[in-house]
Amino acid sequence: MATVTMTVNGKSRTGEAEGRTLLVSFLREELNLTGTHVGCDTSQCGACVVHVNGEAVKACTMFAQEADGAEVSTIEGQANADGSLNTIQQAFQDHHGLQCGFCTPGMVMSAAALLKDNPKPSEQEIRNYLQGNICRCTGYHNIVKAIMAASGQDVSAVAAE
Amino acid sequence: MSVAKPLPHDAAPLHVTGQARYVDDIPTPANTLHLAFGTSAHARASITALDLAAVRAAPGVIAVLTADDLPAANDVSPSAHDEPLLAEGEVYYIGQPIFLVVATSHLAARKAARLATVTYAEKPALLTIDDAMAANSRFEDGPREYTRGDLAAGWAQAATTVEGSIELGGQEHFYLEGQAALALPQEGGDMVVHSSTQHPTEIQHKVAEALGVPMNAVRVEIRRMGGGFGGKESQGNALACACAVVARLTGRPAKMRYDRDDDMMITGKRHDFRIDYRAGVDAQGKLVAVEFDQLCRCGWAQDLSLPVADRAMLHADNAYFIPAVRITSHRLKTHTQSATAYRGFGGPQGMVGIERVMDHLAAELGCDPLVLRQKNFYASGGRYLEQENEQVAPSTAGVEEDLTSRGAVATGEPDKVVAVPVGAQTTPYGQAVVDSVAHELVAALCEKADYAGRRAAVERWNAENAVLKRGLALTPVKFGISFTLTHLNQAGALVHVYQDGSIHMNHGGTEMGQGLFQKVAQVAASRFGVPLERVKITATDTGKVPNTSATAASSGSDLNGMAVAAACDEIKARIAAFLAEVHQADPAEVRFEGDAVLVGADVIPWEKAVAEAYVGRVSLSATGFYKTPSISWDRIKGEGRPFFYFAYGAALTEVVVDTLTGENRMLRVDILHDAGTSLNPALDIGQVEGGFIQGAGWLTTEELVWDNTGRLTTHAPSTYKIPACSDRPPVFNVALWPNANREPTIYRSKAVGEPPFMLGISALMALSDACAACGPHYPALEAPATAEHVLEAIGRARAGESG
Repeated sequence: MATVTMTVNGKSRTGEAEGRTLLVSFLREELNLTGTHVGCDTSQCGACVVHVNGEAVKACTMFAQEADGAEVSTIEGQANADGSLNTIQQAFQDHHGLQCGFCTPGMVMSAAALLKDNPKPSEQEIRNYLQGNICRCTGYHNIVKAIMAASGQDVSAVAAE
Repeated sequence: MSVAKPLPHDAAPLHVTGQARYVDDIPTPANTLHLAFGTSAHARASITALDLAAVRAAPGVIAVLTADDLPAANDVSPSAHDEPLLAEGEVYYIGQPIFLVVATSHLAARKAARLATVTYAEKPALLTIDDAMAANSRFEDGPREYTRGDLAAGWAQAATTVEGSIELGGQEHFYLEGQAALALPQEGGDMVVHSSTQHPTEIQHKVAEALGVPMNAVRVEIRRMGGGFGGKESQGNALACACAVVARLTGRPAKMRYDRDDDMMITGKRHDFRIDYRAGVDAQGKLVAVEFDQLCRCGWAQDLSLPVADRAMLHADNAYFIPAVRITSHRLKTHTQSATAYRGFGGPQGMVGIERVMDHLAAELGCDPLVLRQKNFYASGGRYLEQENEQVAPSTAGVEEDLTSRGAVATGEPDKVVAVPVGAQTTPYGQAVVDSVAHELVAALCEKADYAGRRAAVERWNAENAVLKRGLALTPVKFGISFTLTHLNQAGALVHVYQDGSIHMNHGGTEMGQGLFQKVAQVAASRFGVPLERVKITATDTGKVPNTSATAASSGSDLNGMAVAAACDEIKARIAAFLAEVHQADPAEVRFEGDAVLVGADVIPWEKAVAEAYVGRVSLSATGFYKTPSISWDRIKGEGRPFFYFAYGAALTEVVVDTLTGENRMLRVDILHDAGTSLNPALDIGQVEGGFIQGAGWLTTEELVWDNTGRLTTHAPSTYKIPACSDRPPVFNVALWPNANREPTIYRSKAVGEPPFMLGISALMALSDACAACGPHYPALEAPATAEHVLEAIGRARAGESG
């Protein structure tokens, strides 16, 4: 066991982690931040995406100790300071970009990372970027639409409805 | 009115902020124990020695249980009592739980579970459909058979016939949230269980059996699942029973969640099928005779296989009238995972059979498959008069089994068969089809998506391109709505109105992402005439609404919406009677609208009306109950009216195939789907989009592979390919077909959970069309149409069967 300290959603957090404790386990079990989900355990479904030092990371593919001293943001830290939904979160709600919601935290975190690097992605760019985030419910259509809308783009061209 | 509005999912703000709680997110007491199963390494064997010393000695391990340690029943089956929680000396598939590790952490339990030394005496395993047929290994005494009409006369009229066979793979549910349960021991031996389940009552029943207590000692709660798709109808029983037993034996809370790998190895999947067929049309292209042999691989335990196989038979006609037909169903027992419920519940497999027949016949006739399909649709329903609906008493059944399981046996006398309107066409099982919109809906889709123009364009493309071939297919869906076990078509609700005017709503349905809770809350708000914000949606709880059916068979909104409406109406009637008396008005003229109660000329704000009623000592709590009218079904004879109504839809899919590699993709999909008068068009369109993609995934990329020892080799998303964001068609047009349900369902809506899944069949048929463009022979494309299967089909198209 080692003591690990990281800044999570702007606050310094300290906890205990074995050498092999995954970041996702540390966040969920040690810090009780259960919004980061475990879907596949093998770094493929993307339900556990968080940001480490500003980069999107699958939290089941990184050890907690590797994140010692890092800036980590999770789904719990995405809302605006007044508690209202941020643009991406609001767009997922408005455009029905979720059903069971289990993939949603990872989708929102991936979308935020995409829009940071590419503020006006094309539909194809969004689709390619999200290949590492699996959704079993929606068929992805409304997720793509939500991200287009969150980036301030017209979604009427994204067909359907 | 809240109903019919495209409101977002009720929990959307919780999901996007990470606050929505699933079972594994519930804060647990500090002394909670974690569980893992040790599983069988052989498909069929006797266990001759079981050495668990190393497991017991592993760090963090508190206890290790085998079948001998269980306090009461060792059974987690939904019906047939053939599925032990822990193996009793014999194992029947690779992945079957043998022992249970109890440890201080999830990881410690899983690591220890790998340390057992199990000695097996291997026995011959039956793994495939052919193995099971050769050994006559099956559930039920023999095949089921439904026949209708004069087959010999049908064959005599046939001008063109085809004969063939199609393999249909199974499907892993891949609910993003794996199976999970948490048991919290209570005083006096009672147990509270949180379970990720579509069927809380069955969890309650099985946990009670496992503990040897009556059902009233067990309470099961579920706020939401991270996806279910049928995979959480019976497959959560093992985890819930394991947790409850450990909680009983240790007095400590116990939690279990399967890692994805365990989940895929242990739990059941969609049934794979082989369908052998022979079909004929007359000189006008009308079906005259069709014969199907449906061979269904059920796995090692019965689970829900009988009703699944029944539903495959009940959808062997899809949207087509077949005057003479035989459907034979073999329910085969193999030493693999016990196949289970999966969205469509056998319907998709049955439907693929007849769609394959239409595709094959069209190839033989050299005509556009759509033309043949349209010629054979059931006649439009508009010409039939409204039927009288009669109330039918539910069947009674024995008391030993879990009567709320779809695997239960109906032992009562079959209900009276509802009369068929004069002149109506009937299904092979004798139900009149009086609501068909296949003709109109398909014509509208053709117009909207320019079928004729695009058919010509695809032909032009294929004439000009040798390597990339395009394909186009339009397939219909007609899906029967109701549980085929008639007595399950009932639901209960509990509604409270508190003295401040806030409303607490509860019903037996479970939320797995489909938006059921929101749709039913919209019903409640509409009944009371109040804004949706007044209605609190609450977790499904066996202590509030008992004896619930699984949230399955697409029935959630139909059943629970009606039950909630009944409860609301009961409270309204009491408030109306009270206020009418106080205000000297006629109770019949009291109205609830605009967040107020209107009594004569008085407009009483909702909160004030409720407060007055409370002070007037009016009961503001009511239960509601609903049972679907007019249905009856004899599954042995294959006769009756199993379905209250049918839901319709159609999809037009265009694909392109690389003929050098078999790789392929969807280019465009256009869908029209009948959700009746939609309770919430946004949620319903979401079901249609997601259902189509999941159905297309089943038939294209999702391939389950077992090796020749019976080991599932595709047990992670690295090897089992479910559709990703980049796989969805670049053009995807989805619209609802406005079609008020002719039956008196809740606000004339229609069920929408399963029917759109079968729209995915158009992807398979479009790929078949592209393969057919490669040569003169019928490609006989197998499902899933992986690149390998597409390449094989291209070979057959070019060179015939020898290809």
